[in-house]
Amino acid sequence: MKEFTPAPDSASIVSVTDRVKPIALGMGVTSAHFLADRAAFVGGEEKVALVDAKGEISTVAVHSGGILSTASDGKRLVMGGDDGKVVSLDAKGEVTLLATDPKMRWIDAVALHPDGALAWSAGKTANVKSGKNEEKSIEVPSTVGGLAFAPKGLRLAIAHYNGATLWFPNMAATAEFLPWAGSHLAVTFSPDNKFLVTAMHEAALHGWRLADNRHMRMTGYPGRVRSMSWSAGGKALATSGADTVILWPFASKDGPMGKEPAMLAPLQARVSVVACHPKNDILAAGYSDGTVLMVRLEDGAEILVRRNGTPPVAALAWNAKGTLLAFADENGDGGLLEL
Amino acid sequence: MSEVTSPKIPVTVLTGYLGAGKTTLLNRILSENHGKKYAVIVNEFGEIGIDNDLIIGADEEVFEMNNGCICCTVRGDLVRIMDGLMKRKGKFDAIIVETTGLADPAPVAQTFFVDEDVQKNARLDAVVTVADAKWLSDRLKDAPEAKNQIAFADVIVLNKTDLVNKGELAEVEARIRAINPYAKLHRTERCSVALADVLDRGAFDLDRILDIEPDFLEADDHDHDHDHHHRGHDHHHGHGLKHYHDEDMQSLSLKTDKPLDPNVFMPWLQNLVQVEGGKILRSKGILAFHDDDDRYVFQGVHMMLEGNHQRKWKEGEPRESRLVFIGRELPEEAIRKGFESCIVS
Repeated sequence: MKEFTPAPDSASIVSVTDRVKPIALGMGVTSAHFLADRAAFVGGEEKVALVDAKGEISTVAVHSGGILSTASDGKRLVMGGDDGKVVSLDAKGEVTLLATDPKMRWIDAVALHPDGALAWSAGKTANVKSGKNEEKSIEVPSTVGGLAFAPKGLRLAIAHYNGATLWFPNMAATAEFLPWAGSHLAVTFSPDNKFLVTAMHEAALHGWRLADNRHMRMTGYPGRVRSMSWSAGGKALATSGADTVILWPFASKDGPMGKEPAMLAPLQARVSVVACHPKNDILAAGYSDGTVLMVRLEDGAEILVRRNGTPPVAALAWNAKGTLLAFADENGDGGLLEL
Repeated sequence: MSEVTSPKIPVTVLTGYLGAGKTTLLNRILSENHGKKYAVIVNEFGEIGIDNDLIIGADEEVFEMNNGCICCTVRGDLVRIMDGLMKRKGKFDAIIVETTGLADPAPVAQTFFVDEDVQKNARLDAVVTVADAKWLSDRLKDAPEAKNQIAFADVIVLNKTDLVNKGELAEVEARIRAINPYAKLHRTERCSVALADVLDRGAFDLDRILDIEPDFLEADDHDHDHDHHHRGHDHHHGHGLKHYHDEDMQSLSLKTDKPLDPNVFMPWLQNLVQVEGGKILRSKGILAFHDDDDRYVFQGVHMMLEGNHQRKWKEGEPRESRLVFIGRELPEEAIRKGFESCIVS
């Protein structure tokens, strides 16, 4: 990333805005992913826009209503809709129906396992379909807020009110319950499988060290955390929710216990979405005023990717190689940056 | 909260005890030729026929916020549903939330004050309570939920009036008024009420707090003063009309034409709702502060308050302060004394 190192005498922030290929998606966007080298911008309802490096857009119909949840492993993009369906979209643009809720309830959360297993939830029920197409389900005490597969083994974390449930779908043992009062929404395992972190309804994260279930309270946010991203190698967890990127240290065996987070890239706007680079210690951050920055984790050096003055940035994604950055604001005004 | 022109989606909360006619009113609203599209959030999904494109089943999951506020409960399912609905902005003009017959309206209302994301996109328009003219009097005796729903209401649709005689109707109205004299009350058969009377009321909109006077359908019927209170007895007024006092749910109205000291009043009010917020269901006020040419208005639900300067006092308009509390076992004497201490002497 040498070419983006700011010159020591530069008066203002380094900008690469002129290298961005603008993309007008023409629809409200809620998230972005990469399928091979095409960016997949997920619309608020019905459609996904696939955009190649040249900026060619092809739109694919995936749901007959709102798209509520997404997960991707880079090979396919799985989505849950308010039509009660779970569908996947592959890099060729082909749509496959994976599951339908028998009562057509909203599919609130989806998750993908590296070995191909799929999880989704509707109401209080979480379902897992393993790579061998065996389907299993579990009922938790209240509506599922979020789902995440552990990086190792077939183990699913289910966030709900007053805690999270850890479930081995292939084992007869009862699921383990990690209690913590409040409503838990998004959930994520650290890449080393040592920590579980939830984003709560309140402006806070909660974490458990899985070896001993010790609690980690990560508070102080002015707003709810809606976006979390692990840095390359899992040394830190970058989050939205404040007017700086909040970066919690996870490199040591104690994780962030007793430590202050790093605060990077402060602006007069709230961070709305974060995405860490897959290989280097760099992240991209989108803000509520439309700004997109690339930030070096080591020293917080910033590079401007997109100027402010638009609706909040809703979507940010890197391709697997880390050579392409895709972003879009809530109204579907997006861009692609090739590094 | 003075973003008057912001295009927030209005949300009407429809409550009422079991069998009062909530679904009838809901279907009436939906079937009327208003050219508007509604997203309807109902409980007991799919059980009763509701004719609408966008119906979402809710679970009425109430949870406590960890913000130290003991009565700060919100509807977690609503937060989630609102989040999902906002992905389909433009597909509907308004939202109606129908609660179960046994639900407390407070967590629904509080969801719209506490949750940042919900608040950004939607505004609570009014709590509309459907009441059964024949059975409400009984329910007020044995069902605390029914009492809560009446106390909380901005609009009360007193339904099935064809099933009671004039005396029974007067009785049930008097019982409603004993709890909540401020809600707009409409007598109906089969929930036949003008849509304008239940929708787009702006009951939680500070800019629409114009006056705080008891609502009377027919001025001739009721002309007694609600500023005074009757303890534990039924009381006959001029026209042979009964005036009830509800044992545990009351309204308390305070008034003064002397200016208030904002430096005393604000801390007093904050402290009052912190300490007694569990008992205070709703509060509302129009205030004339010392050395201030603007009217100050506030409204609150339990411990949550919002307030703002509204507009200049008009020429010739009496600079009067009025406060209303509706709640359970309100410490009336303490509130009156506290209020008086806020008056600039």
